[in-house]
Amino acid sequence: MKKFDKDRLLLAAAGPALALVSAFVLTMIVLAASGVAPIDPLRIMVEQAGYEDVQVLILNQAGIYYLAALAVAIGFRMNLFNIGVDGQYRLAAMISAVVGAAVTLPGPLHILMIVAVAMLTGAFWAGIAGILKAKRGVSEVVSTIMLNAIATALIAWLLLPKNLGVQVEGSNDLTTGKIAESGWFPALTIGDGLEIYGFTFVAFALGIVYWFVLNRTRFGFDLRATGASESAAQASGVDAKKMIMTSMLLSGAVAGLTGMPLLLGESHTYNLSFPLGIGFTGITIALLGRNHPVGIFFSALLIAFIDKASAGLDTAGYAKEIGTIMQGLIVIAVVVSYELVRRYGIRRQQQKVGEELAAGHAIKTDKEVAA
Amino acid sequence: MDAIPSPPALSPRHTGFQLLPRQGECVINASSPPAVELHGITKRFPGVVANKDIAITVRKGTVHALIGENGAGKSTLMKILYGMQKPDEGTIAIDGEQVSFNNPGDAIARGIGMVHQHFMLADNLTVLENVVLGGEKLYGIGAKARKKIVEISDAYGLGVRPDALVEDLGVADRQRVEILKVLYRGARTLILDEPTAVLVPQEVDALFDNLRELKAEGLTVIFISHKLGEVLKVADDITVIRRGTTVGTADPKTATTKQLAELMVGSELPSPETRESTVTDVPMLKVSDLRLAATDPDGVVREVLAGIDFTIHKGEVLGIAGVEGNGQTELIEALMGMALPDGGTITLDGKDISATPTRKRREGGIGYIPEDRHRHGLLLESPLWENRILGHVTERPNSKRGILDPKAARKDTERIVREYDVRTPGIDVTAASLSGGNQQKLIVGREMSHDPKFLIAAHPTRGVDVGAQAQIWDAIREARREGLAVLLISADLDELIGLSDTLRVIYRGRLVADADPATITPEELGTAMTGAARGHLEATDNPSAAADGDTTEDEAR
Repeated sequence: MKKFDKDRLLLAAAGPALALVSAFVLTMIVLAASGVAPIDPLRIMVEQAGYEDVQVLILNQAGIYYLAALAVAIGFRMNLFNIGVDGQYRLAAMISAVVGAAVTLPGPLHILMIVAVAMLTGAFWAGIAGILKAKRGVSEVVSTIMLNAIATALIAWLLLPKNLGVQVEGSNDLTTGKIAESGWFPALTIGDGLEIYGFTFVAFALGIVYWFVLNRTRFGFDLRATGASESAAQASGVDAKKMIMTSMLLSGAVAGLTGMPLLLGESHTYNLSFPLGIGFTGITIALLGRNHPVGIFFSALLIAFIDKASAGLDTAGYAKEIGTIMQGLIVIAVVVSYELVRRYGIRRQQQKVGEELAAGHAIKTDKEVAA
Repeated sequence: MDAIPSPPALSPRHTGFQLLPRQGECVINASSPPAVELHGITKRFPGVVANKDIAITVRKGTVHALIGENGAGKSTLMKILYGMQKPDEGTIAIDGEQVSFNNPGDAIARGIGMVHQHFMLADNLTVLENVVLGGEKLYGIGAKARKKIVEISDAYGLGVRPDALVEDLGVADRQRVEILKVLYRGARTLILDEPTAVLVPQEVDALFDNLRELKAEGLTVIFISHKLGEVLKVADDITVIRRGTTVGTADPKTATTKQLAELMVGSELPSPETRESTVTDVPMLKVSDLRLAATDPDGVVREVLAGIDFTIHKGEVLGIAGVEGNGQTELIEALMGMALPDGGTITLDGKDISATPTRKRREGGIGYIPEDRHRHGLLLESPLWENRILGHVTERPNSKRGILDPKAARKDTERIVREYDVRTPGIDVTAASLSGGNQQKLIVGREMSHDPKFLIAAHPTRGVDVGAQAQIWDAIREARREGLAVLLISADLDELIGLSDTLRVIYRGRLVADADPATITPEELGTAMTGAARGHLEATDNPSAAADGDTTEDEAR
């Protein structure tokens, strides 16, 4: 029995390893083909990661990515592709920033309220796609992509000064107004004013919750069963429509948290320069991390590292887009290598089970009749 | 009522046939070598023997029918002949010459062509384009290819128009394109896998004309089917496969569908008979006037279940006989709550469960052995112990108060593996790595572990080896003795007759006939399954109390 556990662990590691190695090699080839010495940019990136301030940047970014990837992973675990994390977190950040700036409450309550509003907004936006899928059979891929576009337009409109926006004095930036200090999440300060967002730790703690809910609760089992085989799950008593709704709402709620580390820890307002596109990076990270909380943690770190460390390439005379290329290649490599490893794993186990049985290593059964 | 003449008194179903002489052999010795000769073909998959010592001789210029039940091993055999799989043992000879195929390309080079049950055509291309696709080297893609296509079409009366778009063609025309595709590649022996499954009767006749045409031109056709009437109409020779091995050949000039059915179903199986009755008079499941309508792809609303009435008592096995697709699947779905009926009531143990969701029904004591275990019974890529939780996630020992208890579930999985003889090296292997029989034993064990009051057993031993089959029957009999009510749906008539206390026949969504398993024969049952007989299938006294009452209802209808 142990043998199969070890096997599974090895196979689980083989996928990412194969993906990263082939992405690495492909990056080398792309760089070499475009006339850039392939090793040097990578050396610079690794060097960058040695600085403490870059490390903090990477960790903070990883926390943000971690939340987005968790949101995507919840969908993936039941075969729902929530591409809409991007729109969900941006709308959630914006609405919660508006509400957060409008009220003042004692410390923890203020923060809690902002977080709750963000989760509700994210869930609401994802819930639209959920209803469309459950009631009308609309593919969540299509509806969430469209909801992303609608969210972009909606945010732009809401940010107008005549609506909820505030024009910053002497600038053309639009914000939602500053959240009072009671709504700031305490940060962990290290060294020379370097701060790790406090919400980063909430993000990683959420990974534990995610693991527990999926692996240790009835609901999580139903969700995974639906992802593994919808027909079998339905026969087992899972209400497919309810499951679509619930997981979409959950995914949206977690997506709503994605903007929180930044909003509560640094910007304290939603403005035109609030980052976008994190939802899409989250898809990459969830894929690379195989929807596993630990896997997602390391992938979030890796992608954050590529992001932040490649920023330093500019000053060395290289295009920082090398980082983007690497991320793209990782996606391709992940998709291909995981499928290869999965198929190999199934075949291999079937073979091994056959061998074990032939060698008479079956669990001793009560009836030793030929079967 | 009187559709069955003179019901034989004593178990005639075991005496009704003998192996007919293999009439092909003498002819072959006299003339040219056979088109195809398979000898001693054996193919094993992990834990299962799909083909065992198969011997078939196909004479040149004939239509040779290969018949057998679903899962009997026909498809595996044809995959071997077409080079898609390699046999573990045995030899293949084409035109008297021994060959070894590594892939379909080798088979095609030897003049073997296959027309699959599911067409493999590109809809948005023309017939010409589809035919030359992948065979561009033969006659190019232009005028020469067109000429060849017209030539073949005319020679065999296929009536194929090379420039028609495939998406505009009907099913029968598409099939002819598939046949032409194979001929275009130089096939002299055609394998047709269940070619009539998708055709209406007139189209079937047209296809048979085509086949006769092919035969007249000296081509050989291997015709896979389980529709016996058609086989008798078109075949020159018949080989019957059962449980992976050839059990006999028959001469279509003299054989009857009954004889063929007997050969297909077989009688040397471990007997599923349960004669001592455990039927009580306590009703467990009561279904009355169940109706269900469905919309087919053309938008036509069709009644798939109508006026279904039956009662299953504690300790009773009710068998439903019927040709597949007559409403069995829908009946199961309605009972499980996977499809909501349009009318009627379902009462389990005195409680109306007509509108109860699936999970509540399962918790309420319905066990379910699904007809398609891969689709409805297992998570193939999950370990066995998670599969043990499936369907019973809310029940002990799998969970307590919403929280899973993997430790207890694992322990109980080990118990099931032990008690139900699931052959596996451990409970952490995926369900996919077990053989079909062992998967099924796991499912049976799982469903029995929650003390069901009522068990739906759909084809419980389909695709299962003989040893596992006997064990599954044992498990059902055991539970029946303890008061379980069972709805048994099966295509294996011996299983149905042997296990059931009461038999009903389903035809086009209605229960049209009932029978007493103590006296009915598979042939009589088979006849009723085609809709030819209605009402009570026996003129003699009915010793089974359970069937009373229902009979009159059916007759009235």
